[in-house]
Amino acid sequence: MAANRESIGNTLRVAFLVCLVCAVVVATSSVGLRPFQAENRMQYRQLHILQAAGMYQPGMDVRAAFETIERRFVDIETGDYVQRPDEYDQRRAARDVEQSRTVTPDPASIRRQARVAEVYLVFDDGGELHRIILPVHGYGLWSTMYGFLALERDANTVAGIGFFEHGETPGLGGEIDNPRWQQTWQGKKLFDAQGDLAIRVLKGKVGDGAAEPEHLVDGLSGASLTTNGVNNLVRFWAGEAGFGAYLQRMRELHQSGGPRISRAPPRTLGRQSWQH
Amino acid sequence: MAALKAKDVLFQPIFNNNPIALQILGICSALAITTTLQTTITMCLAVIFVVTFSNYFVSIIRTHIPANIRIIVQMTIITSLVILVDQLLQAFAYEISRQLSVFVGLIITNCIVLGRTEAFAMNNPPLLSAVDGLGNSLGYSVVLLFVGTCRELLGSGSLMGVEIMRTVGEGGWYMPNGLMLLPPSAFFLIGGFIWLLREWKSEQVEKQPFEIAPNSRTSEAF
Repeated sequence: MAANRESIGNTLRVAFLVCLVCAVVVATSSVGLRPFQAENRMQYRQLHILQAAGMYQPGMDVRAAFETIERRFVDIETGDYVQRPDEYDQRRAARDVEQSRTVTPDPASIRRQARVAEVYLVFDDGGELHRIILPVHGYGLWSTMYGFLALERDANTVAGIGFFEHGETPGLGGEIDNPRWQQTWQGKKLFDAQGDLAIRVLKGKVGDGAAEPEHLVDGLSGASLTTNGVNNLVRFWAGEAGFGAYLQRMRELHQSGGPRISRAPPRTLGRQSWQH
Repeated sequence: MAALKAKDVLFQPIFNNNPIALQILGICSALAITTTLQTTITMCLAVIFVVTFSNYFVSIIRTHIPANIRIIVQMTIITSLVILVDQLLQAFAYEISRQLSVFVGLIITNCIVLGRTEAFAMNNPPLLSAVDGLGNSLGYSVVLLFVGTCRELLGSGSLMGVEIMRTVGEGGWYMPNGLMLLPPSAFFLIGGFIWLLREWKSEQVEKQPFEIAPNSRTSEAF
């Protein structure tokens, strides 16, 4: 046995069999569990959209709550709605040269940006637009922070903000997950009366006598660079190079009291639009 | 070699021959994933699973593994088990798997796993090897749980996400120790654990490798 064990034939045989068995185990687990994992990823994203929109209560049925939310696609340059297939993945598109553009200047340090971005429209019970949720991302201290910025129907007042993926220092920059800090965003205005971008995250607290406190948000203590990152990414995505054109259009629509935006036919609603 | 008793194989690694405290193996993950108790416990369970089963499977085929490819065969088995754990976590404990991120995958490089398969499972029968893997991973878990408990309690004022001491940020009295949330704090805690353990079991204190002989000469110059 001992001599045979060290032979070339036995070496190849053992290597082959071990690889075969391990490959079967790994492949089975990967394929067999994929539906569960896809479901988890989808729910995780939906949950964070609901959280950013301030619609989340612990223990709620995420999927049912998501029935009132519609996913649409916006051309970044013109602000028009465009059609994209349900499986459109904005992050993948941002890496594709055909579907994206380089960002210059690049305050949020994202390098490339997809030409078409997704937005989520929340409708109230009467089928009228209630909130607009924009996916945003940008670089903090250690990591790219991915999150959602929720706006009221005037496309100006912040309804909430939340981050679902980041690698900032726990306890310092990681406090961007702190609901108390996220609450300080509520009611802030992105744009001033002239329609210029005015929102700003300060270093430190907003003083009592600050001019126009409705545009100013408290920074996180001990996390100046993360705070700068949040400031940059919100200003980037609300600005010209981000959703600026789209938001301007939505503001004008709201001010003119023009045609109400209502839900699209149920074809694009609900779960189907979520399956990647 | 005297026959090993299953009880000794199981309990020796917990305090007498602890893989982290005595052999100082596998401390990389002890720094990374011990900020909260929940991730710590999940990591411990993952390591217990991987070490126990990799020892078991390596031991089953130990008489067939040629010596020149034994490490890579062990690594293949360990890697497959780790991928299996990672996939299961992603499917059934998604939130925790996001927090553990790459560190589940890094169990592959945890020195304890390969150390036990190479040192024990290659020379011992399957069941005893599984018990050895269980014992060593329990020894690892004891240290991790100690570190995780201290870090979450002192760093966030809570345990398992349940508030124990209300922090100043939430309007309470406890000023959280920010250092506890950063990886270096685990070094101090593991150092403290080793100190306490060696106070209790002083035979673990390493002997000086050599002693300086007393100077017997009366003068430098001859």
